[in-house]
Parts: sequence; structure tokens; C-alpha cells
Amino acid sequence: MTTAPAATGTAIGMSGLTVRFTTRRSQTTALDDVSLDIEPGEFVTIVGPSGCGKSTLLKIVAGLVKPTSGDVSLLERPVRGPQKEIGFVFQKAALLEWRGARANILLQAEMRGMDRAQAARRADELIEMTGLTGFEKALPHELSGGMQQRVALCRALLHSPPVLLMDEPFGALDALTREQMNAELHRIWRETGTTVVLVTHSIAEAVFLGTRVVVMSPRPGRIIRTFPVELPAHRDYAQVMSDPRFDRLATDLRGLLGSAAANH
Amino acid sequence: MTENSLDTAGRQAAADEASGAQAAAPTPGAPHAVDGRSPSTVVKAPPDGARPPRRTLGRRAVTFADSLWRPALVLAVFFAAWWFVAAREYVPNYLVPTPGQVWETMTTQWSELARHTLVTLYETVLGFVLAAALGLVTAVAIAYSRTLDKALYPIVLFAQVIPKIAIAPLLVVWFGLGLTPKIILAVLIAFFPVVISGVAGLRSTDPELLDLAATMGAGPWRTFRKIRFPNALPHLMAGLKVAVTLAVVGAVVGEFVGASEGLGYVLLLANGNLDAPLLFADLILMSAIGIVLFVLVEIAEALLIPWHASRRAGVSLTTS
Repeated sequence: MTTAPAATGTAIGMSGLTVRFTTRRSQTTALDDVSLDIEPGEFVTIVGPSGCGKSTLLKIVAGLVKPTSGDVSLLERPVRGPQKEIGFVFQKAALLEWRGARANILLQAEMRGMDRAQAARRADELIEMTGLTGFEKALPHELSGGMQQRVALCRALLHSPPVLLMDEPFGALDALTREQMNAELHRIWRETGTTVVLVTHSIAEAVFLGTRVVVMSPRPGRIIRTFPVELPAHRDYAQVMSDPRFDRLATDLRGLLGSAAANH
Repeated sequence: MTENSLDTAGRQAAADEASGAQAAAPTPGAPHAVDGRSPSTVVKAPPDGARPPRRTLGRRAVTFADSLWRPALVLAVFFAAWWFVAAREYVPNYLVPTPGQVWETMTTQWSELARHTLVTLYETVLGFVLAAALGLVTAVAIAYSRTLDKALYPIVLFAQVIPKIAIAPLLVVWFGLGLTPKIILAVLIAFFPVVISGVAGLRSTDPELLDLAATMGAGPWRTFRKIRFPNALPHLMAGLKVAVTLAVVGAVVGEFVGASEGLGYVLLLANGNLDAPLLFADLILMSAIGIVLFVLVEIAEALLIPWHASRRAGVSLTTS
């Protein structure tokens, strides 16, 4: 508690990250010299066209992919191998089909060997917070896509990670559910103060959720620009959508992404 | 711990920026409930339907009976046809006995037949259990290690393509007339489907789940126990169902080559004596072993993986 890395330094530091994949025929550069520092408590959203290496970037931070060159640090420590101080949410909920919602959330605790009673209490809190009450025993196939993703989110938050990495978590949801999930995620972020990095295709999602929006170019992925989001920390979905600042930023982003794609 | 202080820091920041207007704690009905579905509304109006009702014992029995009457009807028709052909002696009785004759043989020689059935059953079950254990271990080795995959797969395949019937005499020479060669044969024949299905199952784990397990800091054993093994079970159970029926074949073939007991031995004896009723009774018992063991594996499957798509429709013990 007192050694919380939140107070000082960066939550995530990336410098000169480059990833090249070598296939038999050719060499492709997925990421090209990406540098980005993320402060504790920030909500950074990364937008970019498909295949720009956004997901790879998250996996590098998580220590699941090794960059060809460059350095990453998580909570001031260099990343070597899979990181434990994170929660990861994928586009697919990636739940265990044989476990009910609550048991799926508790997988996190079992895999980490966390204290059972404490984990169970935390799970119940999260279930309540995400509106999963009444569905604790439901198997994944009995849940809607949005509910499944809520379970995945709870699982990622169970151990109260200082950093939450989200790879297009709501990409497979319908527009309405997506808006609800955005609003919920915003609320959860405000309540927990977790540092979040969220990769998305959706400009609206990026602006509504982010304190900073990072725009990436098509392959090879580079950071084109970073926009601070000048919206209040506490956001209401409907209000934000009609806010002129939202409109301006969304238009800028759309223009930037469009021209980046055209130049490619 | 770290999280708590972080929480506080985040809350503080959020509260500050929102000029202290909104505390972080979500109170349903509070102003900011508009920005999300407050917990209470979600509970009252879940977006998807309620869970299906749990099947009661009575409903299970109905499903079971429903899955049984069609094959039962087919069997009844078959028996009627058999009885008709045999009783009218369209085919001489020393070739095709009547069901009555077979029943009589079965009852009068029951103690003998039961003893031989138990021998074959023992060989089959032991062979199957060993094949399942060995097969699973081999599958794990192949699925986890690239080196072992390259080293073992060709050998497993080679062991499979050798005609087992051709090596049965060799096994008898090596291990004598006792139970050992029969069990070995049952193992050899039942091993392959277990390995193949086990490898397929273990390799079918969603790579994202494995990534997730890595970020959870879990070691390989926990990942195997909590994720990979349960995930492989549906494949594995399919392989075990094939294996258990093949184990019967292995045991009987072993008995054909050299034995003094077991249903295979009785079959050869009956054949030599042109004792068609005994031969038929023997065949029925062999099939019964296979069916009973298959059903047991099916029941195990229903208990182990009730969650799997193949089992959701209801407990069907037949292939209807």
C-alpha cells in the first residue's frame, strides 16, 4: 500500500519499440519506433486501422510478445516475460465454458493462489458493480455477449491490478450494449483509479473513455499524434456525445485517420 | 495493499476533477446513474432470458425413455425376423439357431459363460484403463513438447499401423497363454484413439486463455489443471468411447490366438463343435460387454462435461 507505484513515475514506459516478423518470403514491420509514457491513473485509448500493431503493443506491455528492439517498463520495472500486475481483457470474453460466471471470475484468484475468502468477497463486489447479480452460476453460453464481457472485465479486476490492458474489449458487441459498457467502464475507472490502456477501432469510444487518445498509422504502426481529451473526468455518455469539444476531437481524429490511410 | 492506495488516489483525483460534486461510490438512482446502468436496473431487467430450468429426475427419465424406444423398436423387429427365419428353418438350425435355443444355452450354461465373460471383461477393462492412462500421458507429452512430439508421434503411428492380429501370436510366444498378452493387445488397440483425441483436445485450447494464464502468473501445472485439461475433456471422452469398444476387440483377438478361458476361447470352441446356439450366446455376451462399457463411459462423460455443447440437449445414452 505504501509502496504504491501510483504516486511517482510512469505506469507504463515504452521507448523505441519495434517489432518485425520474418516470414519465409519477406520481413514485415508491425511496429516502428513506438515511444509512449503513461502516467498512473491515466486512461489512454489507442486508435488506428486494422493491422497497425495496436494489439501487439498491448501484448508487449503484458510481456506476452518480445519486441525486436526497444524497451518497455511496467510500474518502473523492465518487462521481461509475462507480467502479473495487470488485468487483460480481450475482444473475445475468453471464458471457461465449464464454469459459471462467478467461478470464471474466481479463476484469477485460483491461478494466483490468492486468499479465497478475500477473493470471494471482491468477486461479489464486482458482480454487484457490473450488474451480474442473479447470474453468478450462469454458464457462458447462457449469457449474452455483453454479460460475458462483463464477466471478463470482473475477472481482470479481481486482483485490483494497477494496470488494465484492454484489446478491443467491446468490438464484438452491438452498438447499444457497447455504449452501456463504455459508460460502465468509465465509472469503474473513476472508482478504482486503475491505469487503463484500451485499444479500439471506435473513435467515439476512444474519445469518451480516454484522458488521452493515441492515433496510430497503418502498418508499419507508428504513433502519428497524441491528443489530450479536454473533457471532464466525470463523463456522462449523452452529455459527452452532444459536447462540441467531443465533436471537434472526433472530427480531428477522423480526418487524421483518413489521411493516414490515404497516404498509405 | 497497493491497490487500495491506488483506489484512493484515483477516487481522489476523480472527485477533485469533478469539483467534488460526485463521490466515487455508485448509488443507484444518484445523478450519475444515467451514465451507466445502475446495478439495480440491470438486475430487474436482464438483457437476456432467464436460465433454463434445471432438469428434474422425472424429466431425465422421460428424455431417457424417449431416446431408447427407437433403437428398442429396431431391435424388436430384428429379433422377430431372426426368430421367423430360424423357426421356419429357412436356414438350417445348425447355422442359425432360434432365439429360444440360444436362450436355453445361455441359461443352462450360465455359470460357465459367466466365468468366461468375467475373464474377457477383466482383460478389456484393465486394457482400457491402461490404454487410457498411457494414452493420456503420451498425449500430454506430445502436446507440450515439440521434441517429444517429433520423437513419439511416428512411433505411435507405427504402433497403430501394425496389424494387431498379426502380432498376437508373437505376444503369446513372449508372454504365454495367460492374461498378459490379451491385456497388452487390448492396450495396443485402444491406445491410439486416446492419444489422437487427447492431443487434439489439448491443442484446442484458446491461445488467448493461455496468454491470460501467463498474466495470472500461473505455472504450467495450474494452467493444465484449470484450463487445458478440462478444455480437452470433450475430445478425450470421444476418444475414450472409441477406445473402450476397441479394447473388447483386442481382448477377444488375444483369446483367439491362444487361451484356455474367455469368450474368444469359447467362440472358437463353439465354432469347432458347430454349436451354433453357444456361438450366438457367446456373441451376444461379447456385444453386451462392449455396450455396457460404452454406456459407462457415456455416463462418465455426462457427469464430467455437462457444460459441453454436445451434451446440452439432454442425456442421450444412445446415438439417436
